[in-house]
Amino acid sequence: MNVLASLPVAIPFAAVGLTLLAWRRLALQRAISIAATAGSLGVAVALLIAVDTDGVAAVAVGGWEAPIGIALVADRLSALMLVAAGAALLGVLVFAVAQRDTDEALRAFHPVYQTLAAGVALAFLTGDLFTLFVAFEIMLTASYVLITHRARAGDVRATMTYVVVGLIASALFLVGVGFVYAATGTVNMADLSLRLADVDPAVRTALGWLFFMVFGIKAAIFPLFFWLPDSYPTAPTPVTAIFAGLLTKVGVYAIIRTQTLLFPVEGASTFMLLIAGLTMVVGVLGAIAQGDIKRILSFHIVSQIGYMIMGLGFFTVAGIAAAVLFVVHQIVVKTVMFLVGGLVETASGTGRLRDVDGLLHRFPVIAVLFLPAALSLAGLPPFSGFVGKLALVEAGFDAGRWVVVGVSLFASLLTLFSMTKIWAGAFWGAPSANLVRRPPSTMLAATGALVVLSVAIGIAGQPLLELATRAASDLLDPAAYVAATLGGGA
Amino acid sequence: MSITLAVTAGILFAAGTYLVLQRLLTRIVVGLGLMAHGANLILLGAGGEPGAPPIVGTADPATFGDPLPQALVLTAIVITFGVTAFLLALAYRSWALTAEDTVEDDIEDRRIAELRRREHP
Repeated sequence: MNVLASLPVAIPFAAVGLTLLAWRRLALQRAISIAATAGSLGVAVALLIAVDTDGVAAVAVGGWEAPIGIALVADRLSALMLVAAGAALLGVLVFAVAQRDTDEALRAFHPVYQTLAAGVALAFLTGDLFTLFVAFEIMLTASYVLITHRARAGDVRATMTYVVVGLIASALFLVGVGFVYAATGTVNMADLSLRLADVDPAVRTALGWLFFMVFGIKAAIFPLFFWLPDSYPTAPTPVTAIFAGLLTKVGVYAIIRTQTLLFPVEGASTFMLLIAGLTMVVGVLGAIAQGDIKRILSFHIVSQIGYMIMGLGFFTVAGIAAAVLFVVHQIVVKTVMFLVGGLVETASGTGRLRDVDGLLHRFPVIAVLFLPAALSLAGLPPFSGFVGKLALVEAGFDAGRWVVVGVSLFASLLTLFSMTKIWAGAFWGAPSANLVRRPPSTMLAATGALVVLSVAIGIAGQPLLELATRAASDLLDPAAYVAATLGGGA
Repeated sequence: MSITLAVTAGILFAAGTYLVLQRLLTRIVVGLGLMAHGANLILLGAGGEPGAPPIVGTADPATFGDPLPQALVLTAIVITFGVTAFLLALAYRSWALTAEDTVEDDIEDRRIAELRRREHP
């Protein structure tokens, strides 16, 4: 069963090699890419079931035992993230293949996409701080290629910002790793969780906040989010969709992992809750001011990150469980929203709300796909966003943090307003003349499958929340994680 | 960590930060390179006192230098090298597209400036 923990990284890397060998044969590249992504998703589901029943799975890469060698560790949180990420990766890949122009314009699309998938999987699975850095670099370098390859003259600045901000964060990450090694003499996270307890509390707090800032840049929390709304909308739809669904959430995952395993605190962190509240409000206010579907959605990415940080900030089992559930919901819903934005652009040739009208009458199927995702994003029952937000609100009440809960509900209301703005702007009214091209059925089907998944998350809210609660209790009591990692792989 | 390493890393970070804040893309690339070097020095310094080459059989293991930070720095250098090459290609692309090397103003700033021009011509 422990072999399963290495497959989510190994399969995409094998696919990188195979798609490179099939360089001149696009059909073959597509087949390999889709098969690999579907296979990774299958492995991730099997891993989740295995980890949930048998406990943490650890592999010592190359046979070098931890803490000397590099460990891949799958606990419930990692496995859950892998499943959600796998579903989003598969949906977006099918959408990209159906849309045709993305992988026809960039021959290297499939190898780069699989590199991104491998980096994301490695970030979720690694039990080693330096390997986490490498995983981030793999993922980000792939994303640099994807976001810049079609950049036109006006877009180069935004994509350049994306790359430069990413590199500065990486340099700071490296500094953090250096400091941690200087303080403890190890970079294995399980080992660190034991040794950091003996480090001077002042040093430990400083290191904790340094990592919070580094991953905060990647996750786009307030006030470190300015690179995101400018750069994401410039990429082709499938690229923006997978960035929106995954990259910031990998940052959130890293925050949750490091803050619970390495820098645990007693009680709620008021500073983190303050950041969370500001992220929600500033993000959603930014969204309201925009007039382009993809830019609106990009600001919502920022806003929704705030909810995840809020759940972590409570630092209770209920709070972290709600945050985990919310991340899973967001990975799916954010991907869907951007795919729908892409469908609108395919149908009308533009994403500017004032140039699109009457989609509801011309292409009702797009409206049917948009509505559940939008209501889910705003947090209306019975959709998945409601389950996540309800869990967050309850956790907030239990922790007695009324103010930030109130702020989160206010931000939800503004999110709903922003969604009605898209609805009224693009879907209502007399059909405008530019609604010419019906998106291919496969694109609609790929989006539809993720919409169904998002609705399913809402319906299966209770079992999922129980799973997230088990994952959160593991996070707050990392003894099993530490034992599995340091005990070495079987 | 020796004071020389620490001061050098500090100078590299200061110079790197200054260069990243410039408007010429080529300077930003150089600045990022300096910052990455600063980070590498910190990582190297984290290994503690220098010692004998850590090759089994050549010296007493107690006198070995710590090899792990060196391995980490080597990985980091390779990554920095690749990404810097990519960034230079991007700067060249920007120059080819717009025939200049300067970074433009922020998109939102430009929009606000545009609104102001329209309202107060």
